[in-house]
Amino acid sequence: MRTGELIRGGDAKAPPQDVVLRLKGIVKKFSGVVANDSVDFDLKVGEIHALLGENGAGKTTLVNVIYGLYQPDSGEIWIRGSKVNIDSPARALSLGIGMVHQSFTLVPSFSVVENVALGLKGFSSLRVVAEKVKQISELYGLSVDPYAKVWQLSVGEMQRVEIIKLLLRDVDILILDEPTSVLTPKETRALFSTLKRLKDEGKSVVFISHKLNEVMEISDRITVMRKGLVINTVRKEDTSPGELAKMMVGREISLGPSKRRSSTSFGEVVLEVKDLEAYGDKGIKVLRGLSFSVREGEILGIAGVAGNGQRELAEVLVGLRRASSGVVLFDGEDITNKGSMVFIEKGGGFIPEDRKRFGVAPNLSLVENLILKSYRKPPFSKGLFLDLDYANKVADFLIEKYSIQSPGKDMPVRLLSGGNLQRLVIARELEGKVRLLIAFHPTFGLDVGAMEFVYEKLLEAKASGTAVLLIAGDLDEIFTLSDRIKVIYEGKLYGDFPPDESYLETIGMLMAGVINGYKA
Amino acid sequence: MLEAIFMAAIRAGTPLLYATLGEIFAERSGVLNLGLEGLMLAGALMGFVVSHITSSAWLGVLGALLIGGVLSLVYAFLTITMRVNQVVAGLALTMLGAGLSGYYGQAFIGKTASQFSPIYIPFFSDIPFIGKVLFSHDPLVYLSYVLVPLSWFYIFKTRWGMNLRAVGEDPKTADTVGISVFKIRYLYVILGGMLTAVGGAYLSLAYTSMWIENMTAGRGWIAVALVIFSAWNPLRALLASYFFGGVASLQLRIQAMGVAISSHLLMMLPYALTIVVLSLISSEAMRKRIGAPTALMKPYSREERE
Repeated sequence: MRTGELIRGGDAKAPPQDVVLRLKGIVKKFSGVVANDSVDFDLKVGEIHALLGENGAGKTTLVNVIYGLYQPDSGEIWIRGSKVNIDSPARALSLGIGMVHQSFTLVPSFSVVENVALGLKGFSSLRVVAEKVKQISELYGLSVDPYAKVWQLSVGEMQRVEIIKLLLRDVDILILDEPTSVLTPKETRALFSTLKRLKDEGKSVVFISHKLNEVMEISDRITVMRKGLVINTVRKEDTSPGELAKMMVGREISLGPSKRRSSTSFGEVVLEVKDLEAYGDKGIKVLRGLSFSVREGEILGIAGVAGNGQRELAEVLVGLRRASSGVVLFDGEDITNKGSMVFIEKGGGFIPEDRKRFGVAPNLSLVENLILKSYRKPPFSKGLFLDLDYANKVADFLIEKYSIQSPGKDMPVRLLSGGNLQRLVIARELEGKVRLLIAFHPTFGLDVGAMEFVYEKLLEAKASGTAVLLIAGDLDEIFTLSDRIKVIYEGKLYGDFPPDESYLETIGMLMAGVINGYKA
Repeated sequence: MLEAIFMAAIRAGTPLLYATLGEIFAERSGVLNLGLEGLMLAGALMGFVVSHITSSAWLGVLGALLIGGVLSLVYAFLTITMRVNQVVAGLALTMLGAGLSGYYGQAFIGKTASQFSPIYIPFFSDIPFIGKVLFSHDPLVYLSYVLVPLSWFYIFKTRWGMNLRAVGEDPKTADTVGISVFKIRYLYVILGGMLTAVGGAYLSLAYTSMWIENMTAGRGWIAVALVIFSAWNPLRALLASYFFGGVASLQLRIQAMGVAISSHLLMMLPYALTIVVLSLISSEAMRKRIGAPTALMKPYSREERE
């Protein structure tokens, strides 16, 4: 008690009365990668404050710090004027902070009531809780059957359960991580009216999103994050979607060699895609009629916020996922649904997004990983056996050429750093005659040095006549490398832009779903 | 005849029942403990030794509880805090229990200790048939009668049971509503180990009334299978344990009757049945259907990124 008062009274930096939550200089690193870089943030009583940014900007990390799931490496958290240490979600809840996670935190085999009651203190029976659930759902328009099992609910209902869970715990700071990404437009409207109601009652809301329209509709203030940094905090009245898009994607194109567009004349069409459609893992159509082509020596950049069909597109092209309709032509030959072997045989290369899961076999050695695509045939195999001498020689050559740092070529590749793993993947995918390269987030999680290496190799491939399809979320990367740019949004492609900075804002708006008459 | 078979089934099933109950608690929290065999052996020896020294079978049970708790604490530290692979740690615990009990038990082979003996319960023991089958046993059997419905009620009908199940199903969710995943897992792994050790003590203090090296004879492994067989439900654990106990005592009886089947084949029965049960229900799809705790064998770490 006394120490609390001392801090409150004695510290001149204590935030003003109407600030319920204040973060000062929050730093959070994950094995050396900075996810939050001295972030300052404050939340006022009775406001809806949006956190806007691309995937990987550090929004979720920041709210996980507030909720006690992550411990910050440095920085301070102030709640209602006192400095606090939030070491667990239990502590966060006791401070009146509640969070709705992007992937719901509900036990599927439990009923709604059981989920709400879980961890709740001071109730006599589940019937009492069910009664309260009913009251709250009526009061806030959050309709849900208290006795339904959670696995039977729609995602919209699950989200309502999450919110009810928090309201029953009397939280006054609500954090919602990408709440609308799973909702239908109608459900989104219902959610917004609930949020407005909560705001009118004096509760404060942190609303994470990358959709500009929503942010402009619901929030009072907006804090834009990019690459772990807070770019700016603005009042809604003082800004526009265009300005926010600019802040979100970053104005300057800082990285990489700029003298890339050496040739503007490209060769034959290598990859041609017509009206491609495919379903995602959840059985929802995620590719909804894509058509494009890539020529020899050309890099086509596909920009977009993650989760708009990029992964499925890459998987269909390389033969890892079935297309439900449409055609994929590789050098004029129909390879639709023919499998990855055909793609490889025809000279296709693939740099996957998740290199640990799809790019390498983590427990195999460098040598084995380097020959993964070619070991079936001479000169690597002789009849039943592998020519390991030859494989070793090739591996030595590639390790040297692509400067892969490792504890040894016979060591398992899981010991390699992210940058070196990517060098290895690139060495394997680009060595030899590559007609077509699908590069999916090729610099994801890499530091600047490794990033430049990847850029260099992609540009080399282009110069040698390879057709490159670059799918990336980072607009800097898209602009640095591409000869043409298209935007993917909800499974459709929009526009066809030259890599000219004057289109940056338009592209940013398209990524955020502000279509403005662009045709798919 | 039937009376005697049922009675023997309960007697032979009781050590299995204690171990199965214990493992149900551990697995409900998401931790697989394959060290049951070792825990039972440790409990059997400790129970016998304490009873031998103090001449009190109840103090023997206390000793078994203690050794079960201590060994499971080590196991909990390895698997929950250090996140060691649970299969590997479980096998290690089995070998540790077998090795330690074999070594320290040498001095107690052929010794005697105070034993549990059947207790007559007025009225109940006099009921025809049922009285003989259910109420002609020793106190540890009666205790298990109480423990089974109590455990069922605790797991499925109380707040603490709900916390336990939530941690085993979805530790992240439990964590986000303020339940300490680590505390819960430690608690139930230790509780489970204690119950398992009592199952072992039953063997040396009531069932055979002596200490023999490796006297559990694979009962720990059978209990691992029974947990799955009973779908992590204490009530079904009772039926499953008595069923297996029945098979085990039946084969003795068949041998005694002089049926012309090799005794080696008959002795295989419970183990063969275990293998059949395990292969029938160990497919991923089947485990989901019968409600295996979703987070079973998955260590939890708050800061692990998905």
